[in-house]
Amino acid sequence: MADLAHARTAPLVDENRWLRMLPDVCRWVLRGDEPVRAAAEAALGLPVPAEACRAGTSGERAALWLGPDEWLLIAPEGQEGLADRLARALEGRPHSLVDVSHRQVGLLVHGDVATTLLASGCPLDLSDRAFPVGMCTRTVLAKAEVVLWRTGVDEFRLEVWRSFAPYVTQFLAESARGTI
Amino acid sequence: MLLINCPYCGERPEPEFVYGGQAHIARPAQPAGVEAQDWADYLYRRDNVRGVHAERWRHTRGCGRFFNALRDTTTDHFLATYKVGEPRPAAGGTR
Ligand SMILES: [Zn+2]
Repeated sequence: MADLAHARTAPLVDENRWLRMLPDVCRWVLRGDEPVRAAAEAALGLPVPAEACRAGTSGERAALWLGPDEWLLIAPEGQEGLADRLARALEGRPHSLVDVSHRQVGLLVHGDVATTLLASGCPLDLSDRAFPVGMCTRTVLAKAEVVLWRTGVDEFRLEVWRSFAPYVTQFLAESARGTI
Repeated sequence: MLLINCPYCGERPEPEFVYGGQAHIARPAQPAGVEAQDWADYLYRRDNVRGVHAERWRHTRGCGRFFNALRDTTTDHFLATYKVGEPRPAAGGTR
């Protein structure tokens, strides 16, 4: 009988062409009202968007609008100290600031197939007009909840809860198998 | 796909939302003074509308917010969506 072990482990498609694991980063979820948003913006020197479904960036740092009182803050590894700076700036204001650095992983889906691959599992309209560069939102990809952020015309950052990452990458690989 | 107009995010696909039951049901301010039958009614009795129904929805896989909607239960057509705390719009809706 033929040895099928190889078939189970061999990659079905070359994921490296359009999918990349992003380096570890610091992540926090900030929740609070408009004064909290403004104070966080001043403390971090980073645009924290009041506008729905938009991301603000400054260098390697980013603030993603997730809800009217909820933002995902991202900073490079090694900038853990930002949390203390933020906590000091928000002292006395009702808010929550939770470190979620290791809860999720970042994936980059890129290339001219990016929208096609994502659209196979995401019900949003991913055209440039409906989902322009700089837009971000929590949504679904097949059965997984993800945060989707368009960082370029052909480039999306996916923030996926760690335990869902194998499912998401395998789902994308499966859809790539029928697409490219 | 059915699109629902989230008051915070705009039009979004239905799989991002969950239904949250009938809207505008206020918890009695003094539960201790409420008769058992009235308390049971508050907890369990709901309208079963054929036509325009005010109901709660949550944009779970989006902004996470609860909001209210007027939906025609016979056609599944959304007539209006509005933020919690805002009064129920006149039937017929804004859209
Ligand atoms: Zn929403």
